[in-house]
Amino acid sequence: MTSALIEVKSASRTFGSFTALAPIDLAISSGEFVAIVGPNGAGKTTLVNLLTGLLRPSTGSVTFKGQDVSRLGPVRLARMGMARGFQLVTVFPELTVAETIAVAAFSRLGRAHHWFSSAHSDGDINGRVARVADAFGLTDRLEQPARLLAQGEKKLLDVASAFALEPEVILLDEPTSGVSTADKHAIMQTLVIASEKMGVKAVVLIEHDMDLVATYAGRIVGLHAGRVIADRPKNDFFTDAEVVAMVVGRPPKGFH
Amino acid sequence: MPAPSTTEAARRNRNLCAIGGGVLLVAVLALLPGVASPYTLTMILPVFAYAIALLGLNLLFGTSGLLSFGHALFLAIGAYAAAVMTGHWGVKSLELVLLGGIAAAVVVAIPVGFLSVRYTRIFFGMLTLSFGMLFHSFLIKFYNVTGGDTGMSVKRVRLLGLDLSHLSRVEFQTGPLYYYALVLVIAATLLMWRIVQSPFGLHLRAQRDNARKAEYLGVRVHAFRLAAFVLSAAYGAVAGVLLAVRSGNADPELAYWTHSGELVFMTVLGGFASFVGPLVGAFAFIFLRDWLMGMTEFWRLAMGGILVLVVIFVPRGLAGLAADATTRLRNQFDLRSRR
Repeated sequence: MTSALIEVKSASRTFGSFTALAPIDLAISSGEFVAIVGPNGAGKTTLVNLLTGLLRPSTGSVTFKGQDVSRLGPVRLARMGMARGFQLVTVFPELTVAETIAVAAFSRLGRAHHWFSSAHSDGDINGRVARVADAFGLTDRLEQPARLLAQGEKKLLDVASAFALEPEVILLDEPTSGVSTADKHAIMQTLVIASEKMGVKAVVLIEHDMDLVATYAGRIVGLHAGRVIADRPKNDFFTDAEVVAMVVGRPPKGFH
Repeated sequence: MPAPSTTEAARRNRNLCAIGGGVLLVAVLALLPGVASPYTLTMILPVFAYAIALLGLNLLFGTSGLLSFGHALFLAIGAYAAAVMTGHWGVKSLELVLLGGIAAAVVVAIPVGFLSVRYTRIFFGMLTLSFGMLFHSFLIKFYNVTGGDTGMSVKRVRLLGLDLSHLSRVEFQTGPLYYYALVLVIAATLLMWRIVQSPFGLHLRAQRDNARKAEYLGVRVHAFRLAAFVLSAAYGAVAGVLLAVRSGNADPELAYWTHSGELVFMTVLGGFASFVGPLVGAFAFIFLRDWLMGMTEFWRLAMGGILVLVVIFVPRGLAGLAADATTRLRNQFDLRSRR
C-alpha cells in the first residue's frame, strides 16, 4: 500500500528473553481511526512506543512517510506530522495551559529559536492557542499552571498539546484512563471533532473501554500475548466471538 | 474574550511594578557612591560581578532545571582571559577583554556542554563539577602558562577608551569601574529577561518540566540545553573578567569547586525564580560573609547553618520572601480600598 502513513514490517520487540511483541505487520493509512485493543500485557504500549520511535524494534522496521522512525527521533517526527499522547499524564507542571499549548505551536511554526521576541505577544501563536483551547474546552483554564488542573483536564491538555502540532497522525495511549465514564465519552467526542477540525489524517488509539472502541474506531487491531490476533473493520471484529473473548472477555453492549 | 485580556492587563501591571522596582533599585545603587564608605563600595563591585554570573546560572538552574556544580570554571576562564589579554597581549580596553573572555568561555562551554547536557540532575552536576576540577588542576600544574597557585596579574584597563591610570586603586574601583559594572548588570538583566520570556525560554522551561513530553512536541531538548549552557558560561566569563579587573589578579581558587558551591549558595540565598534574586543573593552572601568573618573564626560553620535555615524556611530565597511580602501587602491594600 503506497498511501500508508505508518508502515510496520515484521517488527518485533524483546526485552531480554521476554517477547513483548512478536513480529507484526501493520499499515495505517490516511482517513483511518485505528484502535489497538487487548488485555494488560498484550503489548499495546510497546507497539505505540515502536510506532513513535521511543523504542527501537528488535527486528523489522517501522516507517513514517517512508522514513525509519527509530532514526528520526521525536523532534523530527513532530516536525513531519506525528504527535503522541502519553498513558500517564504528562504535562509541564509549572507551565500554564496556554504556555503548554504554545510550546507545540512554536515548534510547529519553527519559531522556537527566537531568543528576543516575547513568547506571550506572538499573534499567530496566541490565535492557535485560543483555537486549540477552545476545541478542548480549556479556554477558562488558559492562565492556570498545569499542576493545578483536575485529572481529566490534565489528560485533555496532554492531548490538546499534541493536537497543537497540527499533526497528520496522532497516537494516543489510553487518553481516557482514570476518567469517569461520562467524561470518557466527552473526551472522545472532543477528540473526534478536534481531529476533523484540525485536519488530522489518522488517529491511532489504545483503549481498554470496548464501548468507546465500538463507538468511535473504524478499524480494530486486537493484541493478545504479543501477537496480532485480529486486524479488521469494527463490525467484523465484534461479530467474531472468539476474538472478542480473547481481547476483552465480553462483547460490548449493542453487539451480540 | 475577556479572560486573556484581563490576564494581559495583569501581566502588564506586574511588568510595570517590576520596572518601577528596578528603576528604584538602580537609582539607589547609582547614588550609593555619594553616601557609602569606599570599603562598602569595593565590596559591592563583586556583588555586581556575581549578580551577572548568577543570572547565567539561573538560566541553567531556574529556567532549564540543570544545576551546575562547576560553574566557577567559567568565571576562572574570564579571569585568566583578562590576565592573558592585559598581561601578555597588551590589550588595554575592558570592552575587548570582555569580548575575549566571552569568546574563551564559549569555546570551552561548547564541548563541555555538549557532553554534560545529555544528563540531568546529579549526573549533570557531577559532570560539571569534574570539568571544573579538571581546569583547576590545569591552572595549578601548568605553572609556566598559568603561574600555578600564585595565579596571574591583571593590568589596569581602560574603560570606553578612557585612560584612568592616574586614579588610585580605590578611586578606580569606587568610581568609574563601579558605574561600568552597574551598567553591565542592568544590560545583562534586561537581556536575560528578554531571553527567558522568549519562545526559546518557554521551550527551556518545557523541557525542564518534562523532557520526554517536550521532545514529542518538537522541543530540541539537547540543542536548547546546550544553548542555555553556553549562554550561562558567557555570563560567567563577564563576571570573571570583572572580578579579575577589580582584584588585579586571576587566581586558581576561582576555578575551585568551593567557589562553584558559593555560586549555588548565592543562588539559593537570593532565590532563582526572579530577576532580583541574583543581585539579592550576591549582596546577602558577600556582606554576610564579611560580617561573620569579622565576628568569628567559625564563620564557615555559621554560613552552613544559615544555608540550612534558608533551604528549610525560605526555599524560594530572599527575593521570593520579598515577593510574597509585597503580594500580601498589595492584597491587603486591595481589600481595604474595596471596603
